[in-house]
Amino acid sequence: MSSATALSWFARHELRLAWREWLAMMTGGRRRRTRAAVIGLIVFAAVMHLPAWAVIGRYAHTEAPLDKTSLIVMTATAFLAWALMLSQAIESVTRVFYARADLDLIMSSPAQLTNVFSVRIAAIALTVTCLALLLSTPFVDVLVLGGGARWFAAFGVVIAVGLSAGAFAIAITIVLFRLIGPARTRLIAQILAAVIGAGFVIALQIAAVVSYGTLSRFAVLTSGAAAAYAPEAGSLVWWPARAMLGDTEALLPLLSLSLVMLGVVMAVFSPRFADTAIGAFAHAASSRQGKAGKTFRGGSRQQALRRKELLLLGRDPWLISQTLMQLLYLVPPALFLWRSFSDSSTALVLITPVIVMAAGQLAGGLAWLTISGEDAADLVATAPLSPSRVIRAKIEVVLIVIGVIFAPLIAALALLAPRQAVVTAAGIAIAAMSATAIQLWFRVQAKRSQFRRRQTSSRIATFAEAFSSIGWAGTSALVLVIPLAAGISGLMTLGLMAATWKFSPTRE
Amino acid sequence: MNSETSALRLKGLTKRFDRPAVDALDLTVHAGEFYALVGPNGAGKTTTLRMVAGLLKPDAGSVDIFGIDALTDPVAAKQVLAWVSDEPMIYDKLTPLEYLEFVAGLWGIEPRTSQPAARDLLASLGLEPHRNDRCDGFSKGMRQKVALAGALIHDPRLIILDEPLTGLDAVSARHVKGLLGDRVRAGCTVIMTTHILEVAERMADRIGVIAAGRLVAEGTLSELRQQNGHTDTSLEDLFIALVDVKAEAA
Repeated sequence: MSSATALSWFARHELRLAWREWLAMMTGGRRRRTRAAVIGLIVFAAVMHLPAWAVIGRYAHTEAPLDKTSLIVMTATAFLAWALMLSQAIESVTRVFYARADLDLIMSSPAQLTNVFSVRIAAIALTVTCLALLLSTPFVDVLVLGGGARWFAAFGVVIAVGLSAGAFAIAITIVLFRLIGPARTRLIAQILAAVIGAGFVIALQIAAVVSYGTLSRFAVLTSGAAAAYAPEAGSLVWWPARAMLGDTEALLPLLSLSLVMLGVVMAVFSPRFADTAIGAFAHAASSRQGKAGKTFRGGSRQQALRRKELLLLGRDPWLISQTLMQLLYLVPPALFLWRSFSDSSTALVLITPVIVMAAGQLAGGLAWLTISGEDAADLVATAPLSPSRVIRAKIEVVLIVIGVIFAPLIAALALLAPRQAVVTAAGIAIAAMSATAIQLWFRVQAKRSQFRRRQTSSRIATFAEAFSSIGWAGTSALVLVIPLAAGISGLMTLGLMAATWKFSPTRE
Repeated sequence: MNSETSALRLKGLTKRFDRPAVDALDLTVHAGEFYALVGPNGAGKTTTLRMVAGLLKPDAGSVDIFGIDALTDPVAAKQVLAWVSDEPMIYDKLTPLEYLEFVAGLWGIEPRTSQPAARDLLASLGLEPHRNDRCDGFSKGMRQKVALAGALIHDPRLIILDEPLTGLDAVSARHVKGLLGDRVRAGCTVIMTTHILEVAERMADRIGVIAAGRLVAEGTLSELRQQNGHTDTSLEDLFIALVDVKAEAA
């Protein structure tokens, strides 16, 4: 087999693996669901055109030359997309390094590792780009329908953004390996992925709160100050915005630049890819030390379970990165709270749904880890305590962690608005309990390491968890402003919970 | 023999999946006995033991552990029982010592008893140098030894092991066999499934041969030889003869 044939063969193999992994995510690993997944995806893509129309439809007639404010908003949107893709790509690259999978086979084969890993780097960038194209299609469609074919150029921008994000992610991860070693890279990369994904929006919100006393991120982007400090219209900074509008003079250099970036990363980092993967293996094989000279603690059987769960949660890199992200999302409302200290503005109410929503989402993840993600399920099942006591101990752990994370915020809120603090605390408790109940109803025994794929076991559970958090967040906010509407919203969310329970396998 | 002197008594134990996995199985294991359950793949060994450990609900029949009805009072039955599967059930992010502390806590063992026991167990299984290392870097053999230590930390009266020697090197296997032998000598009952017939031949007081969910032969090695008219054959030859006869009958 010639070198070029071998490379194209390996590229096909990589793409097939990526496709099957994606399909498994969509179908929960059940082949029979493939048709349903494809139909569901088409319906989802069709439905997504409606919110896309609502959000972006009115901008379809935007034409060059743009004023500075429009350039800022469009460029910021492109940058946000880039940050999200970078976050996704860092996660993918870390997974490739730490999942042993086929790396043993590849590295023990007589293939040119540099070439093989070049293909793998390209495949990562391509996968990220394909996902971005898929998600951006409804928005670009709406712009094309409303403003003409020139908007097809936006796909080019998405490709450029995806390829460059993939290239950056590989460079960042390998540099992290070199700087801090494989032991810390996994955790730091996960935290970095979470922070990069959310960081830009949060930074805009913080700036908006500090400068304009509002949580709206557009306040900064559309402000006179931003326009005053922004570069002139001819600057390279505006190339993505110009390219989106169909300016080929901006689009072609952008695409070329992203391809060159990816090429450079492939050339520079492919030879190091193997070393990095070996470093990750070596780290997996060498154990980290626990606390020496430890004394066993007594207590009830449930206490032993709770202690174990808390210890494992504390050592879970995913949880740490997710908690950090949730806390990051809470920074703008907390800042807003502090800014509104002497202000009786009803805008303060806005922070209640944000907190309740965050609590519900975090509780869902925690509940999956403690209830479904039990690595020693047989051990716990053969222990001399009833299943109900095991479940109760695990639920208590979820509620304890949620309580510890959100109590300081509630305490601060209680100083300003005691009634709102009570409502928010109740909202947190109900949202956390609802998310936990859904995880309990749909529990499927799994390894903790499968957390990333937890949604595949049940789409109903995933959507129910998201909508119950949204429902309780909305209800909490309405209790403070329109109590009657809160009753309706609360009943609707309860109805959602009842319907979820009705469809749950536990009930069967 | 009454239930007081039997560690385990199964009567008409039945479990069906798409076909009968365990078919009205009657089995008695005496207290203080080392009992090996052997059989071909898919014979129903693991299913039987999982029902005894309370991990699977039988469709019919009864499970009696030291006189306790395990189906009506599972918590009391589990208090005297330990289960070790061929896939070690441990937590990657815990150290062996933390794991043993957790298991001891689950069985309600006082720390003043469990802590020295944990150190002795880790030492006897050659895990002492790794007692404070997280298990995520352990080989399968080391993980299996941690799981075994977890099974022994609460001093069970009945230990059920499903292929416990899978993945162990010769030295580790000897450690495990030695430990199990010590436990039996101390009065503990051990039931073990294995594909390594030499181990069953050498260690077990009695051997049960299971095929298609039924016990096709049972006894000491010499009893099995007598039952089948062979006076000087290995367990392997006996096993093949017994399983072949069963397959032909099926």
